[in-house]
Amino acid sequence: MIEINNLTRRFAQRTVVDDLSFRVQPGEVLGFLGPNGAGKSTTMKMLTGFLAPTSGSARILGFDIQRQTLQAQRQIGYLPEGAPCYGDMPVAGFLAFIAEVRGFRGAEKRRRVDAAVARLELEKVLGQSIETLSKGFKRRVGLAQAILHEPPVLILDEPTDGLDPNQKHQVRQLIGELARDRIVVISTHILEEVSAVCSRALIITSGRLVADGTPLELESRSRYHQAVTLVGDALDPAALAALPGVAGVEANPVEGSLTVLARPGEVIFPQVNALIHQRGWAVRELDVERGRLDEVFRALTREEAA
Amino acid sequence: MRQLPAVLKRELGSYFATPLAYVFILIFLVLSGVFTFYLGGFFESNQASLAPFFNFHPWLYLFLVPAIAMRLWAEERKSGSIELLMTLPISRFEAVVGKFLAAWAFSGLALLLTFPLVLTVNYLGDPDNGAILTGYLGSWLLAGAYLAIGSCMSALAKNQVIAFILAVSLSFLFIVSGFPLVLDAFAGWAPQWLLDAVASLSFLVRFDAISKGVLDLRDLLYFVSLIAAWLSATAVVVDLKKAD
Repeated sequence: MIEINNLTRRFAQRTVVDDLSFRVQPGEVLGFLGPNGAGKSTTMKMLTGFLAPTSGSARILGFDIQRQTLQAQRQIGYLPEGAPCYGDMPVAGFLAFIAEVRGFRGAEKRRRVDAAVARLELEKVLGQSIETLSKGFKRRVGLAQAILHEPPVLILDEPTDGLDPNQKHQVRQLIGELARDRIVVISTHILEEVSAVCSRALIITSGRLVADGTPLELESRSRYHQAVTLVGDALDPAALAALPGVAGVEANPVEGSLTVLARPGEVIFPQVNALIHQRGWAVRELDVERGRLDEVFRALTREEAA
Repeated sequence: MRQLPAVLKRELGSYFATPLAYVFILIFLVLSGVFTFYLGGFFESNQASLAPFFNFHPWLYLFLVPAIAMRLWAEERKSGSIELLMTLPISRFEAVVGKFLAAWAFSGLALLLTFPLVLTVNYLGDPDNGAILTGYLGSWLLAGAYLAIGSCMSALAKNQVIAFILAVSLSFLFIVSGFPLVLDAFAGWAPQWLLDAVASLSFLVRFDAISKGVLDLRDLLYFVSLIAAWLSATAVVVDLKKAD
């Protein structure tokens, strides 16, 4: 378990992380969400022992990161933001170095390096120096070094940043595979990623926690939760707006559709459906929304910034 | 302590990953030849001794050794790899000492490659090989002292050029601290013991004795403690500056 209690970090006068407390259990993939500069990376730097907190504490599987730094760091695989590596080293040499530092020798070292290489499909670039690799490969080298010792805790700072859609998909799949029995913390500002890989999401802004829940729970806080979108001819917005439980109707001129918003806690699909049948509208598309994470994100982070 | 060899090996390897190692060794060998034979008057002195070779090392090192030390930490900070290094289960001590030892081993290798001089002087005459050995040891210790200063400056400055200039300036002060140039600044107001203390910090005075083949335990202790002090300072500076 990762336990974070009242974690705070100030740089000069600026409070970057402000009294953050949360826990993460094995099996959870925690998505750390927030606008740029919200304190995501700073929090991760404190979790991994790179930065000392101004106050508060973090425990990794019971080891205090400040007092038992090395024991805690042995439990962690960490991909820092931008995946910095030793650019002048070849991939194989770099991973061998990481394996040695992680305490593996001889056959065990080779096995670990080979496993990480196979998992991230780095076979073709083993002899190449890291600085000559493409961004996607560099990121994969960074991930390979993080998972090499099969750590119980993985902390990945923007693991898919700068990757193309195929690579993103691969990395997400990898995170999904790794997540079993492990603690995975990833930071991102890509919202689709949260729905795709995370079992839980934290939204922070200006260093403070503003939301904590499963992606579904967060989506249900959206104005669009349970909203019904229709595409059809001769629809009557006024009639839709008059239905019980409806909060309002929005027209989307570009798509030629209407979105019927539900009041919080209400389910309006049956009413809307009944009205369609009653009026005999020719509806070509009908869609019930779970909610829009980006809208929740904006609402939460903008409120705070204002 | 188990991680120290891994850090050392990686760091040493990275010297040879770029042309830096070869350029450094070449320039070191050429310059030490020039100093020994032209400026030092190796043949004219008509003595079977390597004193003309060792005499110039404090000045030769002044510019060359900071060049190997400047990348130690500045490069890690610039590329961000310091975040990786400091979040691996490596203690500060292992990281600082491992890097230093790599640079020190490298400077030792460059020094060893001057062995043709030893062969030459043995061919031409009958030198005191014990004194030559002491001279080599002293020269290596001197390089270590410069490197320790350079490592601290490299941790202080993110920019390698600034790290180089700081290291050269500071090392220069250590060379000349026995000279009137520095002592005059203290004379008149400072007590005699402080004057003596400053004068005793000088590389030149210490190295002079060793290069002549006189290995005093106090001189040995001086260089070792100087290295230890600057490496401790490096560890503190790394901690303070790593996240900038």
